[in-house]
Amino acid sequence: MSKRLETVFAGVTFKNPVALASGTCGFGKEFNEYFDIQKLGGLCSKGLTLHPCPGNDGIRVWETPSGVMNSVGMENPGIQHFIDCDLERMNALDLVNIVNMGGHSEEDYLEGVALLNQYPLDLLELNISCPNTKAGCMSFGLQAEVARDIVRKVRAVCKHKLVVKLSPNAENITALARACEEEGADGLSLTNTYQAMAIDIKKRKPVFENLYAGLSGPAIKPISLRMVHQVAHTVSIPVMGIGGIATWQDAIEFIMAGASVVQIGAANFMDPRLCLDVIDGMEKFLEDNHIETISEIRGIV
Amino acid sequence: MAVILQNRLVADDFWMMQVEADTAAAGGQFYMLRAWEQYPVLSRPISVFDTDGKTVRFLYKVVGQGTEHFTTLKPGDQIKLDGPHGNGFPDAQGNIALVGGGVGIAPLYLLAKELKKRHPDSTVDIYLGFSGQPMLVEEYEKTADRVTVNVGGFVTDDIDPIQYDVIMTCGPEIMMKVLYKKCVDTSAKAKVYVSMENRMACGIGACLVCTCKTKSGNKRACKDGPVMEGWEVFG
Repeated sequence: MSKRLETVFAGVTFKNPVALASGTCGFGKEFNEYFDIQKLGGLCSKGLTLHPCPGNDGIRVWETPSGVMNSVGMENPGIQHFIDCDLERMNALDLVNIVNMGGHSEEDYLEGVALLNQYPLDLLELNISCPNTKAGCMSFGLQAEVARDIVRKVRAVCKHKLVVKLSPNAENITALARACEEEGADGLSLTNTYQAMAIDIKKRKPVFENLYAGLSGPAIKPISLRMVHQVAHTVSIPVMGIGGIATWQDAIEFIMAGASVVQIGAANFMDPRLCLDVIDGMEKFLEDNHIETISEIRGIV
Repeated sequence: MAVILQNRLVADDFWMMQVEADTAAAGGQFYMLRAWEQYPVLSRPISVFDTDGKTVRFLYKVVGQGTEHFTTLKPGDQIKLDGPHGNGFPDAQGNIALVGGGVGIAPLYLLAKELKKRHPDSTVDIYLGFSGQPMLVEEYEKTADRVTVNVGGFVTDDIDPIQYDVIMTCGPEIMMKVLYKKCVDTSAKAKVYVSMENRMACGIGACLVCTCKTKSGNKRACKDGPVMEGWEVFG
């Protein structure tokens, strides 16, 4: 493979700009049974919290036309368990190790960051956008001034490169993005899932015990693409594009909209090896169009 | 991609599909099936009814868009098989009862065949519960020592747990729960295994949408299961 796809994001080099999105790939172990995950540019860990979290009860997944709703609710073994069992393996991989961390409260975030400060990792993805928890997470990512406050506090203690993962449910996505940049975020990733709902008409009840869930998949792609375009043209820090990417053409669209890196989430469920087709397709597109490096087309729209 | 050899209506909403596949699967394991490109987004987890090493048979129930699409497939059409996934039922000996309800009877066929082949001296009794038209009873009779059929009632009423060393069950959660409670209430010594059928997305243990909260912690139905011990889930 040539160096056409090589991308530098906040000083970190991705051999290609394709990463698996948090929550769809665990800590990489299961996907590695399908293919060598070192072919990927990066891997975002399952969203971690300071303490282990059992996740939500009831139905956790529901299909929609061209999409999927989930209500996992941040199920994870906790940061310490991750450090003990997965971090070293992830760091040893030849790809960018992105650790996603959420929190139920400000204290959770700050203690979690302090814990992760003691260990190496490539990028810390600060999750202020998960819509599936009863407290915390997305509630920090709806209003620009609330986001500003948590990013400022995290930035003050965080020794790692900090990427803030934004919610499409934000009141004003560009104002919120700007606040993150002003408080010292090294990069942004967007979007997380869209708050959504399903009703079981036979039971006359919501499908999800947590009432609302998060919608992802190709159904959301055009909206996420629009938000990435707006944000990438507002801030000067790099942006990772996420939202329904299922083909190499989708990925190129996000790059043209201004993303440096893309993350693939729900589409992994179509085929665990789909990301490899995306990488190959992007490479071929650049080659066929005589584009020497992907940065040539970044943000051209 | 695998070639479909046969795909026919068995009874009510139940279909049997036979597919060319030279992989080995055990009773209680499942494949992620997909007969379309992008949409629906998710593949469908379908448990193995039978396999002979060269072909796999799936007994499936039409419950939505995906399984409905499966019914339109003809011999010669292609389908994507990913798997087998999951742990499957464990080996067992002695007096064994296999209890299935609805489409939950599917994994018991291969399971009974395997158990009888491995342990000809063991007794395998099968209990089949149907809410509608009974199906495949003759096929099941070829694999087991005794087949008890219940139509429209509660299959759990037909079984005396005390007679058994091991009980393995697959079907509606309420059926498995009642069966487990019956074992506890009658102080039966039988070890109970249940197969959990949760909605799945990745099918490989990465996405955590099929998690079962059990007495021994969270378990992924697709990877740590679908077969779990009765006490873990219902104890």
